[in-house]
Amino acid sequence: MSEKKITLLGVNHKSTPLAIREKLAVTDGYADALSGLRTISGSLETYLLSTCNRVELLCVSEGQAGYDDLLKQYLFRDAVNLEERNQYSYLYHDSEAVRHLFKVAASLDSMVLGEAQILGQIKEAYRYAAEAGSTGPLLNRLLHKAFSVAKRVRSETGIGSSAVSISSAAVELARKIFGDLADKKVLLIGAGEMAELAAEHLVGQGVKSVSVANRTLSRALDLAKRFNGEACSLEELHTQMERVDIIISSTGASDLIIRSADVKPLMRARRNRPLFFIDIAVPRDLDPTLNELDNVFLYDIDDLSQIVEMNRGEREQEAVKAQRIVDEETVKFSRWQQSLTIKPTITALRQKADEICRQELSRTLPKLDLNEDDRRKVEKLASVISAKMLHHPLCYLKSDSCKHSDDIKIDTLRTVFGLDDDDKPKG
Amino acid sequence: MEQQALLHEISYLLFQGVLVVTFTACASYLVFFITQRNRIRGWARSILVVSWVMQSLYIISRYFLVGNTPVTTYHEAVFFFAWATTSAYLSFRWRHTVKNFGTFVSLLIFALLLVASFTSREIIPIAPALRSWWLPVHVILSLVAYGFLGLAFCGGLMYLLQERELKSRKLGYFFSRLPSLDALDQLNSHCLAVGFTFLCLGMVTGSFWLKQASGTYWRWNPKEVCSLIIWLVYLVQIHQRFTVGWRGRRAAFMVIIGFAVVIITLWLVIA
Repeated sequence: MSEKKITLLGVNHKSTPLAIREKLAVTDGYADALSGLRTISGSLETYLLSTCNRVELLCVSEGQAGYDDLLKQYLFRDAVNLEERNQYSYLYHDSEAVRHLFKVAASLDSMVLGEAQILGQIKEAYRYAAEAGSTGPLLNRLLHKAFSVAKRVRSETGIGSSAVSISSAAVELARKIFGDLADKKVLLIGAGEMAELAAEHLVGQGVKSVSVANRTLSRALDLAKRFNGEACSLEELHTQMERVDIIISSTGASDLIIRSADVKPLMRARRNRPLFFIDIAVPRDLDPTLNELDNVFLYDIDDLSQIVEMNRGEREQEAVKAQRIVDEETVKFSRWQQSLTIKPTITALRQKADEICRQELSRTLPKLDLNEDDRRKVEKLASVISAKMLHHPLCYLKSDSCKHSDDIKIDTLRTVFGLDDDDKPKG
Repeated sequence: MEQQALLHEISYLLFQGVLVVTFTACASYLVFFITQRNRIRGWARSILVVSWVMQSLYIISRYFLVGNTPVTTYHEAVFFFAWATTSAYLSFRWRHTVKNFGTFVSLLIFALLLVASFTSREIIPIAPALRSWWLPVHVILSLVAYGFLGLAFCGGLMYLLQERELKSRKLGYFFSRLPSLDALDQLNSHCLAVGFTFLCLGMVTGSFWLKQASGTYWRWNPKEVCSLIIWLVYLVQIHQRFTVGWRGRRAAFMVIIGFAVVIITLWLVIA
């Protein structure tokens, strides 16, 4: 009895230190890695995912002994000795493998719970595998299902809805102040890494322009070039503040750079268009009393971290709901997979009956002296008898009566009708 | 006479029906506000549409009972106010979807209907001297203006709630449930512009009606003075918004104050 087996072998940020993950990661494109995976004997369908947090192999095989060891050998090569392999990696089969894949796609296994990037990475990895012809009917179905599970988790739980990093919290706030960010301008004061990251996020949300003010103009120019913006000196701050909407400050200055009294007169010139200050410098660059001005909003690093902290807690609660969805979908998939194995049984059964009819007819008909019409009647008789004989066994296979014991049903039928004896020579 | 009694009965039942249906819409909107399930919002909106249809039928039934456009008694005026607010909301198609606006508006509509239910539903035909087609035109235009100003009021309230969340830097219950400040401010400006236009038309037609009924355009009676105050309050807002760019919290505050003045004058003058 040949049964397809789904195997998932992987390492991730929880199981394996970075030093080892580095060695395993696929760095030179998926194409070679996939073709290597296909050559492992017994592989029917293969797929491979490699990100900075995980490397996972997902294969469909005929379930022969020793396949798992071959996979491990392929994943670890010579990077890790045999004892450590088991310690660092996780290995799942069938419904457990399905569950794990769904969890990863729904971002329940990510370092930052609920982050959206992983789904894109899985889609990309799948695209490579599909183009290389590595995947087959089972994996195609499984991965498409994984995408829809991720989508369902995202729409039915709040797992991805709140910001869990400083820069995404800044974006979320900007959205609540300005609504659409498409016509908004950003000014970075100081060219720190954190400010850069926040600006990158805002650019990702489609802000119109980013300008950079810095003490050393050359660094400002460098950074401005990255965002296709302009650089200016700190002396120009005032004129800049009249035209920008979001100001991110991260200088190393020991004193306040912008005071409430500087901004107040500006608001009239701005026709009270809102101004959003983000102060990620320590010590602070911006006057805390700025927040008291109308249409001015000020958040410092502590405020942002507090929001992030709160949202993380919320995500963990949502993850419980998401886990339930994953479990539900895993059960659905396993059920589908089982129905798949019934179908070949049905075809095999029909083929066997047809074969017997044909054999017996070809043996008997030449001995009889029949005209064309009678001959057809006899043929018809044989096929009707076989069809009627098969009617109940087929009903039994398709029936819902014992849904959970499909394996046993199929096994019984195959034994009773001797289907596997015929299959043996084939595989 | 028997027909009249039947009409009375129908009218009475319609009003009770409106109350029940609007309460249901209101409750569904609140459930949506809490759970944020989109399906419930769909239901709430449909129920509100049903409420609007029943409100319209009630006004028609009143029309046949009274014999003229039913906007002259306190009950009728407040009911028409609620109808105008519902119509303004349902006709409202804004560039941005204003998240959870319906919850606030349905509360306002229900509150108005509740007020109407406590007022006398007696049918008082108006004095022949005041009869003129200017009267319904004037009242309807003014009440439609109030409807839009009511929407602006809800928007202003939402603005203040959302702004408080943002200013306090502790993002709480309302933060995710309310739309962006910008969307609310635009809503404010839009409703103000439309409402003020109707208000001006209402003022002009009112003075025409007065001219026809008593021979003069303006008499400085309390009702007229109050209308003038309302008009001025909104005029200042419009002026400030479009010249110096008043917006945000101050504009939201003014919209709320303006609407409070509307409610107070409606209460004082007509009652």
